[in-house]
Amino acid sequence: MASDKATVFAPENSEQVVEAVAWAAAEGAPLEILGRGSKRAFGRPLQAAHSLDLSRLDGITLYEPEELVLSARAGTPLAVIEAALDEKRQMLAFEPMDLGPLLGGPPAMASIGGVLACNLSGPRRIKAGAARDHFLGVAAASGRGELFKSGGRVVKNVTGYDLCKLLCGSYGTLAVMTDVTMKVLPRSQKTYTVLVLGLDDATAAQAMSRALGSPHEVSGAAHLPAAQAAKSAVSYVAGAGASVTALRLEGPGPSVEYRCAALRRELSDLGATEELHSQNSLTLWRELRDAQAFAGDHNTAVWRISVAPTAGPGVVAAIGAGEAFYDWGGGLIWLSLPLNGEGDAGAAAVRAAVAAVGGHATLIRAPLELRAAAPVFQPQDAAMAALTQRVKDGFDPKRILNPGRMYAGL
Amino acid sequence: MQMPEPDQGVIAAKSDIVEALRAIVPGEGVIVEEQELRAYESDGLTAYRQLPLIVVLPETTAQVSEILRCCQARGVKVVPRGAGTSLSGGALPLADGIILGLAKFNRVLEIDFDNRCAVVQPGVTNLAITTAVADQGFYYAPDPSSQIACTIGGNVAENSGGVHCLKYGLTTNNLLGLEMVLMDGTVLRLGGKHLDAAGYDLLGIMTGSEGLLGVVTEVTVRLLKKPETARALLLGFPTNEQAGDAVATIIAAGIIPGGMEMMDGPAINAAEDFVQAGYPRDVEALLIVELDGPQAEVDYLIGEVSKIAEAKGAVTSRISETEEERLIFWAGRKAAFPAVGRISPDYYCMDGTIPRARLPQVLKRMRELSEHYGLRVANVFHAGDGNLHPLILYDANKPGELEKAEDFGADILRLCVEVGGVLTGEHGVGVEKRDLMGTMFSEADLKQQQRVKCAFDPEALLNPGKVFPQLHRCAELGRMHISGGKLPFPDLPRF
Repeated sequence: MASDKATVFAPENSEQVVEAVAWAAAEGAPLEILGRGSKRAFGRPLQAAHSLDLSRLDGITLYEPEELVLSARAGTPLAVIEAALDEKRQMLAFEPMDLGPLLGGPPAMASIGGVLACNLSGPRRIKAGAARDHFLGVAAASGRGELFKSGGRVVKNVTGYDLCKLLCGSYGTLAVMTDVTMKVLPRSQKTYTVLVLGLDDATAAQAMSRALGSPHEVSGAAHLPAAQAAKSAVSYVAGAGASVTALRLEGPGPSVEYRCAALRRELSDLGATEELHSQNSLTLWRELRDAQAFAGDHNTAVWRISVAPTAGPGVVAAIGAGEAFYDWGGGLIWLSLPLNGEGDAGAAAVRAAVAAVGGHATLIRAPLELRAAAPVFQPQDAAMAALTQRVKDGFDPKRILNPGRMYAGL
Repeated sequence: MQMPEPDQGVIAAKSDIVEALRAIVPGEGVIVEEQELRAYESDGLTAYRQLPLIVVLPETTAQVSEILRCCQARGVKVVPRGAGTSLSGGALPLADGIILGLAKFNRVLEIDFDNRCAVVQPGVTNLAITTAVADQGFYYAPDPSSQIACTIGGNVAENSGGVHCLKYGLTTNNLLGLEMVLMDGTVLRLGGKHLDAAGYDLLGIMTGSEGLLGVVTEVTVRLLKKPETARALLLGFPTNEQAGDAVATIIAAGIIPGGMEMMDGPAINAAEDFVQAGYPRDVEALLIVELDGPQAEVDYLIGEVSKIAEAKGAVTSRISETEEERLIFWAGRKAAFPAVGRISPDYYCMDGTIPRARLPQVLKRMRELSEHYGLRVANVFHAGDGNLHPLILYDANKPGELEKAEDFGADILRLCVEVGGVLTGEHGVGVEKRDLMGTMFSEADLKQQQRVKCAFDPEALLNPGKVFPQLHRCAELGRMHISGGKLPFPDLPRF
């Protein structure tokens, strides 16, 4: 087969995945690895003539609700998995965000493999952990064209290295996942949200810190400055005419009602409070999860920044441009920057502000030429870059899997 | 137990190595006298003993870096050690290797309540972290039963668990950052006070790597607010099946207890003889279910669990009304290991994990194995997360009994893998389960894990002889055998 003609491989089983990768390794032909392709516009642009489309690796292969475990083939739509869980009143507790609309595509197109490859977690990250914390087992083909597995189907497992962690957040640069197993958890009976109105960013960070340091088991803590709050589909939030700090409480009915009342009481010294009940809460937290405030206008660059929660407002002030809102108790900043200016999507200012406090910033959305020019992911120092390259060597020595998606030469 | 062949050249060069190490760590930090080395000859897996060549106890990250660089240059193997409580031989010394003890890294460096984290040195004990933050109502969640003695650095190496894992996770789910040193002396910082480290999740791969990838010199852990309240139910069932059914039904009802422990008849009786916790002696299985959280939630869930237990045929059902009573419910479970120690000269603690639903089948098979080997077995089980701790009773003074206990243990672990579980839930592979890795992993699986080892420690000098039954050379692992250019699957769909 000639390697100069672009090919889309669409394997139907893991043996075929191995064959395709082994061929690519032998030919030295880079492959773009796709789950269902909903996040192709995320990361550094690829130079790969051929692609490996996993959408035919489709289907839930094991779901035992009372064991809190679900396995699926990597190309299975996230929506299919969430529907199956919903039927048994369960969920993926890391609350995977849907990047589709933010990147200019339709919603609900992600595959579970893509979600895990990008380690995408939502607001509940602060309480339930990230995608990587729920990823129990994997089968994958390395860039060497060899099938391997790691982990298992039980929560408590320290047998051998935890390769699931390494693959989660590797953006398809280490191995092609074919089968994944996740921990699932019961869905909450009720979801309430306490809103504190009119706080500036710094006071909001204190309020969130106080709430998260309380025994009320807050499972989401976000702050929307007035301009972002106004975009919400929840009338209480949009109509507040002020900033909105949102604190989510989930659990059995009596518990949620009790904690909601207690938290409102404890935060009443800061400003007026409101409460949202289940339907409005679900809408608001979905908006926050998917950074919907920035999904409509595509003429801006969008950054996702992770810092210590109390450092959030300082970072936003230091960057001093664009629009921002906060999740993860102030530690996750969603920042939208105008595209005019230095032509680096604000990278210089963002990187400098993050470097001052420690953390990392990812350029989630920007035109292709900007993503090719400015580092999309947090730049690494020489020692970390060298170790990263050696880890890559161990999985994909020929650099055929999503080469350059994360870092140049990786 | 076959350990790597000692390098006689290294052993012969001992005095040179001592001199080099003394130049890095002056004074008493380098130990060479046999009687002092004796204290390091084994860890919690006392069946295996080996005097190390030298023990070195550095106090700073710079010293750790220099020691590792020095050892790498001389081809000297290094075994990192925290408190030495490993139950799998993770800190078992090598005759031609140094023990790198982190005991002097014992300071809590920073407590940051606003960001709900603490920065500590690796030699701080697990419990000391909680003690340091308790006055503000916070705690560090993972609570291995050795928490008084075990260090956080050791917890990172082993990805330690505890009884609250189902709800609060293992060590890996409660870490934010690490400072670590590679075998070549490179100092790296992973993560920090923010969530989700940048780049590959090296923090995730370091956790549970059993000291084979790097030496941890600083740890940033997540702190949680103590739950408002905790209450427990003590439930006795006539059969293991009914107890297992109750566990499944509790979880299917959407309830995640803070702790859910099960004991079988022999464990119940040994515990009751020892601490008189008021456990029913006539049941086959005892469940302790602890609910923690906001008062209103706990009171509500206690009622729900109580109803489930009744429906599943519990013959004993007691609910703790006071904190004192809750602690009494736990007293027997917490004393289970020493209690079993009273009824047998020696016991061997196993650590497999199984899918919960397979428990009755596994217990039945274990009883058959017990008869086959002529050794008694008592079971305590983290029922919430499927982690099984069979205690095999034996007498080391009877010739052949230790070997018999080890064979019995290996059969139990094979059984765990057979029913869809794993070899070790929280104790680690170490030397103990090293040679069983092949029952769970293929050669390709193990080689891929070792390629990760090669990225961190290409000379295989850090803790060799642990985890992997056979340590391949990195050059050999790096070779690719590709018969290129042909697609043997002509029907592979492509467009």
